[in-house]
Amino acid sequence: MMSLNPVQIFKMGAEEEKSETARMSSFVGAIAIGDLVKSTLGPKGMDKILQSSSTNEALKVTNDGATILKSIGVDNPAAKVLVDISMVQDDEVGDGTTSVVVFACELLKEAESLVSQKIHPQTVISGWRKAVDAAREALTNAARDNGNDPVKFKEDLLNIARTTLSSKILTQHKEKFSNLAVDAVLRLKGSGNLDAIQLIKKLGGNLSDSYLEEGFLLDKKVGLNQPKRMENAKILIANTPMDTDKIKVFGSRVRVDAVSKVAQLEVAEKEKMKLKVEKIIKHGCNVFINRQLIYNYPEQLFSDAGVMAIEHADFDGVERLSLVTGGEIVSTFDCPEKVKLGTCKLIEEVMIGEDKLLKFSGVELGEACTVVLRGATQQILDEAERSLHDALCVLSQTVKETRTVYGGGCSEMLMADAVSKLAAKTPGKEAVAMESFAKALRQLPTIIADNAGYDSADLIAQLRASHTSGKHTIGLDMQHGRVGDVAQLGITESYQVKRQVLISGHEAAEMILRVDNIIKAAPRPRAPDHRHH
Amino acid sequence: MNQLPTQIAFDEYGRPFIILRDQERQSRLTGIDAHKSHILAAKSVASVIKTSLGPKGLDKMMVGPDGDVTITNDGATILDRMDVEHQIAKLMVQLSKSQDDEIGDGTTGVVVLAGALLEQSEKLLDRGIHPIRISDGYEMAAKIATDKLDEISETFAVDLKEKEPLIQLAMTTLGSKIVNRCHRQMAEIAVEAIMSVADFDRKDVDFELIKVEGKVGGKLEDTMLVKGVVVDKDMSHPQMPKVVKDAKIAILTCPFEPPKPKTKHKLDVTSVEDYQKLREYEKEKFESMVEMVKKTGANLVICQWGFDDEANHLLLQRELPAVRWVGGPEIELIAIATGGRIVPRFEELTQEKLGKAGSVREMSFGTTRERMLVIEECRNSRAVTIFIRGGNKMIVEEAKRSIHDALCVIRNIVRDNRIVYGGGAPEIAASLAVQEAAENISTLEQYAVRSFAEALESVPLALAENSGLSPIHTLADVKSRQVKEKNPFLGIDCLRKGTNDMKVQHVIETLTAKKQQILLATQLVRMILKIDDIRAPNDMSM
Repeated sequence: MMSLNPVQIFKMGAEEEKSETARMSSFVGAIAIGDLVKSTLGPKGMDKILQSSSTNEALKVTNDGATILKSIGVDNPAAKVLVDISMVQDDEVGDGTTSVVVFACELLKEAESLVSQKIHPQTVISGWRKAVDAAREALTNAARDNGNDPVKFKEDLLNIARTTLSSKILTQHKEKFSNLAVDAVLRLKGSGNLDAIQLIKKLGGNLSDSYLEEGFLLDKKVGLNQPKRMENAKILIANTPMDTDKIKVFGSRVRVDAVSKVAQLEVAEKEKMKLKVEKIIKHGCNVFINRQLIYNYPEQLFSDAGVMAIEHADFDGVERLSLVTGGEIVSTFDCPEKVKLGTCKLIEEVMIGEDKLLKFSGVELGEACTVVLRGATQQILDEAERSLHDALCVLSQTVKETRTVYGGGCSEMLMADAVSKLAAKTPGKEAVAMESFAKALRQLPTIIADNAGYDSADLIAQLRASHTSGKHTIGLDMQHGRVGDVAQLGITESYQVKRQVLISGHEAAEMILRVDNIIKAAPRPRAPDHRHH
Repeated sequence: MNQLPTQIAFDEYGRPFIILRDQERQSRLTGIDAHKSHILAAKSVASVIKTSLGPKGLDKMMVGPDGDVTITNDGATILDRMDVEHQIAKLMVQLSKSQDDEIGDGTTGVVVLAGALLEQSEKLLDRGIHPIRISDGYEMAAKIATDKLDEISETFAVDLKEKEPLIQLAMTTLGSKIVNRCHRQMAEIAVEAIMSVADFDRKDVDFELIKVEGKVGGKLEDTMLVKGVVVDKDMSHPQMPKVVKDAKIAILTCPFEPPKPKTKHKLDVTSVEDYQKLREYEKEKFESMVEMVKKTGANLVICQWGFDDEANHLLLQRELPAVRWVGGPEIELIAIATGGRIVPRFEELTQEKLGKAGSVREMSFGTTRERMLVIEECRNSRAVTIFIRGGNKMIVEEAKRSIHDALCVIRNIVRDNRIVYGGGAPEIAASLAVQEAAENISTLEQYAVRSFAEALESVPLALAENSGLSPIHTLADVKSRQVKEKNPFLGIDCLRKGTNDMKVQHVIETLTAKKQQILLATQLVRMILKIDDIRAPNDMSM
């Protein structure tokens, strides 16, 4: 009878996957994500084209793991975990977004084979935990700190920038851009405040026409009939309505009984605006920059007073301007003596390509600078911006945490070596898990070599042999397809980034491995989408 | 749907006689069938979360209706996110929730126990024992079991200076969660938090004073305890100072905006004079607002509402840093921590109502421009914030839940300082006691009591199974040793430390939690056993 029917405890549409099936589905999902971004890893990695489903969005060409993963919609829950760690890596250190996903995925691949050998996930996890500690220790011991020696440190930074950029589209102009990025970051004088570095993209020319501009560029135009060039500018940065100053008292409205009254009110309004402009000019400024619109009437008043007025600088622009020129953002104009004006030596209009921009040079905050990127297509520009942003992030992190490690697969092999040694000493099943951890670490240089089209098995064997015999500076030389001394090749990476890759990759893999049951709620019913037909 | 003959009556002409309206459109289960169906549902719920029990338990991945992913080990959370429809399964979910509300921990155990009790009652039903007799037997057995727990419990010295035992306790709770990578650190944080908040005279802990805040990024080891309040906000104007020392805080719930009378009104501007007057008034209003705050000597404003651009700048000009859009609960916490009063009107602001804090600073993270405000060295140092960091969103969420569990456990020990040792030891001891008592019962209930004893063993069984031990073998071994050595602290050695004595392993649980588990599970099972008829609209899948 009825009691023999299976009892459905979930809602219709809800699903449950148990032990083997659940584990399988997480492994498959995670590995698929790993394989997807795997081919972008390393200096010879390939790019991906991302096309959005909505037609109005331009397509992207990118090599950046975080950007790729952000754009693909994933449904598999384990895959979502990996996408998430990639995002966090991007926010936290800015680079290594692909490595972290690939590492987690390699760990899971190893776990899959261990679990199929009937080793309990918890055993694997406890083995991994010991392995990650060993690897971290090895990495910390191998890190060098040149923070006290400015010349060597700059060399380190240049190397890091070159290493980071070598896997990106900017690799052709690696030298130029790494110098550019290091210059920009060093100007910050250790503050690590990336706000002071502005990236402006202008279509046209080619990548090698890009340059670093001292000071600040604002993509705005000066009002009509106003001076186009201003020396020793005193800048008032404002956030105030310059259209009609509304009365903010709630519920007020104008009710008049004659047309003449309207005219009078209009005059009063105009009067008010004039008063405001006068007050602004009384501050002694000769440049006025407003976040909001400036209507024609006040603009004209400013022209009469010979003040350069710039309207509609967006919020970011205004904040940055106030940062670089040292002025404050002003909204009331009653006590001119208290307002701090921003200053700069020279404001002038410059041409970049076909566009006119305002250039603020000789600003108070010497740290600020602008990188102007030129490129043939929007895609190139976007990708260049992302690459440069990655490099800048890594550099600014390195300025804070000055330790560096060797790249080119060298650090991974070093860690793998340490983990293997520990595994050899450990009795019990955990040793198998540790060995698998080492294997996953070795996969990263393997993938780099594979992507460059070299014989990875041979190269990795050589690498491994050198590391086991104690030569800990040997890594992959992907320019020539052989192993080499990365200390001489100058392939350097930030310690911070490497450590974060290790830790987050392991954290995510552990989290996925611990799962033995996936329960999916019924998807929320949505109204059918009638927009596209 | 099958119509049971009893559901339809016929009159003398053989025509069906409708007793209940729409009965052909309802599905109905009665008698033993209903019981069987309930038991099956409850068992499948229990089997879902059984594998997350114990220190070696595994996690569950929950996918929400919008595709959001949660990974957790917490029984209450798993059941809460499970999209359950079956009525009995819903009851199980509520059972876990009530354990969570009451105790905060042991949410998995209670469901496993209830599932086992129902499974046992299925066998008894098959033997033809009436459900009510079974439920009476369970009631008796529960009484015996809890008495036994009282007997084997030990008192636990809650001492401010001696934190070590408390840390052990917290570590037992955290043992099964993913945060056990920084096991000790998390336990210390939880103990520290409770100790700074606990009121030992009243034997209570005010959870309102502990805020658990998470931020994705960094690593789990960066988790810290802030003796103060962390608010996910920054200064309203980018140029306001990032650090305020010796802050005197005005806590406002009124906006820095032109006043808005609540009564509906209209203000007509009919002439130029009116217009100008209104302008003056508006300006004055802003000035006086800032002036009023300034006059009290405040050097920081925390406001629940927004600021007008003009007001914002005025504040900057008068060197009065301000924070806007601070949420209601947060503002309360700030008020408690700094000893300030929440002021709803500018006019009512006085010097005495200001809150005081040693330092208020902005903290920034990583490469993005996210900032948080940390208020430290408050006048009332009792409010604390646990600030959790982690590699991804799911881990931060899970860490939050785990910390919450640990906090609950420590609170319980402050309330009632009796403990039992964990690892399945109390269940085995109780099971033995119930078994023994069963022999002395002369009525039918004897069978039910004996089944109860067997059901109690389900928890140690699941523990052993999850730890990769041979469950029945291990349990038999421990049970016989408990009897032989007369040591009720022997349990399952999940971590393979080489000893079964949980007292030596420092696996500690609170007595209240254990007792509550048994009582709640018994109650629910009794309720389910009493149901013998379900009616449901037919379109549901029965």
